[in-house]
Amino acid sequence: MSNRVEKKIKEPFIRIEKRADLSSKVKWLLYTSAFFTAIVVGGIFLLAVGVNPLKAYGKIVEGAFRSKMAVEATIKLAVPLLISSLGITLAFKMKFWNIGAEGQIIMGGIFSTYFALFHADWPHFVLMTVMLLAGILGGGLWAVIPAWFKTKYGTNETLFTLMLNYIALYLIKYLTEGPWKDPEASGFPKIASFEANARLDKIFNVHAGWLIGLLLVLAVYAYLKYTKQGFEISIVGESQNTARYAGMNVKGIVVRTLFLSGAICGIAGMCQVSGAAFTLSEGVAGGVGFTAIIVAWLARLNPFIILVITAGFSILEKGCSVMQSTFGISTAVSSILQGIILFVILAFDFFSSYKLVIKKQKKGGAKNDY
Amino acid sequence: MIIKFLFAAIKAGVPLLFGTTGEILSEKVGNLNLGVEGMMFMGAFCGFAVGYYTDNVFLAILASAGAGMLGALLYAVLTVTLRANQNVTGLTLTIFGSGFASFFGELLIKNSVDGTPKLSSDFVAGLAEKSIPVLGKIPVVGKLFFSHNPIVYLAVFIAVICGVYIKYTKSGLNMRAVGENPATADAAGINVSLVKYIHIIISGGICGIGGAYLSIINGGGVWNNSCVNGQGWIAVALVIFAGWSPFKAILGSFVFGGFTVLQFYIPKSTVNLPNAFYVMLPFLVTIFVLVVNSMQKSKKHAQPASCGENYYREER
Repeated sequence: MSNRVEKKIKEPFIRIEKRADLSSKVKWLLYTSAFFTAIVVGGIFLLAVGVNPLKAYGKIVEGAFRSKMAVEATIKLAVPLLISSLGITLAFKMKFWNIGAEGQIIMGGIFSTYFALFHADWPHFVLMTVMLLAGILGGGLWAVIPAWFKTKYGTNETLFTLMLNYIALYLIKYLTEGPWKDPEASGFPKIASFEANARLDKIFNVHAGWLIGLLLVLAVYAYLKYTKQGFEISIVGESQNTARYAGMNVKGIVVRTLFLSGAICGIAGMCQVSGAAFTLSEGVAGGVGFTAIIVAWLARLNPFIILVITAGFSILEKGCSVMQSTFGISTAVSSILQGIILFVILAFDFFSSYKLVIKKQKKGGAKNDY
Repeated sequence: MIIKFLFAAIKAGVPLLFGTTGEILSEKVGNLNLGVEGMMFMGAFCGFAVGYYTDNVFLAILASAGAGMLGALLYAVLTVTLRANQNVTGLTLTIFGSGFASFFGELLIKNSVDGTPKLSSDFVAGLAEKSIPVLGKIPVVGKLFFSHNPIVYLAVFIAVICGVYIKYTKSGLNMRAVGENPATADAAGINVSLVKYIHIIISGGICGIGGAYLSIINGGGVWNNSCVNGQGWIAVALVIFAGWSPFKAILGSFVFGGFTVLQFYIPKSTVNLPNAFYVMLPFLVTIFVLVVNSMQKSKKHAQPASCGENYYREER
């Protein structure tokens, strides 16, 4: 793709140049066009499998909102995704690639399930508080392990947190088949359903997790923006040397932040077991921890944008569940559409930090900015 | 009994070997591709579907490799040319790939005669375990190493080729340079983007074949929507265990394959460990290796230096 100029100096036809900060107007334009391109590409896919895309998109929105129950189900889907995305945000802000949200959700779930199973007779308010704290502790500790090794030996955190996901998952398998097995269950081993006392209260017909999630949006935003610890996180993320030079205890900050990151994911786990599933099963996290990474990243670690994107993902997920009955195609279409949308947005994201400079054919020096 | 166990371990390790060899290629050029699971799913479906409709083993394998390559191409365009975050892109590829397999798998089930898409007996026979003449007759060794289905040899063959390529050839040296320090490689006149593209795409093809092994051979000729079931992630773990060397990956994948079938061979009466422990074992071992490697700070068994980060030529 190079173009020969008279003096035999090769200059590429298209150059990539780093962009200065974009004005927010251009940014909005960019992301809206990314969103619409994604919708169009997704539509082409739907068309290719013989479904009318306009009808399908209509059905998706309708499926998510058609009744009070559907709306409640959509919110239920959104809660764990929202909370764990917020958790991941803290770690990512520090450029610590915590991809272990899945495991941290699970550990939060396991810890709080212990109290739900064996101390269900405690007063409801006490039990809920203890379960919440247990979730925080479980998720937090699970994230502290890789953080400690990272600070002590420089162990790769991406791979470490990834492995811990599976260890947590199989811990549930162990508990289900072993010590926590419901003796009354016939057939496949499972853990008993929680008693009513150990279930999270409902506020407006949906478990209180949504309120916790919204409060966390504000809390994480304020924590990152207005507290000293939040400031420390962003400095460590930008440059560990700068942080050290300024006299910050980098190791302490990393471990503390990861505890908080995991703890928030643990809250998501607690909400799942006590609010949505009323039991602990291997599907408690169900890939939410991975999707949360994508959500946090797409939102540029902004808690309010996380809220918006989570809503979008949940509508898509819930809406696609009616695709089977309406169009006779698998509900897996939601994963495919998610994938397509993400690929397109990832591609468009390039233009938010770079621009293409096209060299004019005849005049060597003139440039056209795009 | 022991021979039976080792034989099963090798069989179970083959898909892991494909995934691991592929991922090593990708990580060696500096791209941590978390989409292995997704590429294996894509390969699993396309391999199975082509096998189902054409009854041709060769075409099926080719299709699975092609599907994996397509997934890898998407990943490469996004991370190499468009410089998207590698972790996010890889995870997206996994979501997309698993959705792809269950979506079209569902269609396959709907279009099949009795709701269970099954490969023809001729097709399955073509991939049956066969004893190699003469060599297969050697006691113990013959049974262990020379009486597998043909894909097992293909896996080992690919791993050896990749190992030799990375370690002993000039372009292998170039690719390692790109993975360790792309700026230096660029200055030395290596086309960084091209090298990355080629290896990421080939890596996807290898992972795709691994997926086909899972859907065609492990599935016993019947399609299953969740045939890959986390094997891609074990492969990512195995890369660490193997210290980024395809040679060690051969041994490593058979060890990990052993872990996955171990629970069926240890009598409950002698050692009574919960089943969950056995499935957890590969991940525990990987963490152990990861930590020990980082303690030693050895350069030899470390991830390529630029792995996970994209290369911005303008930011040198």
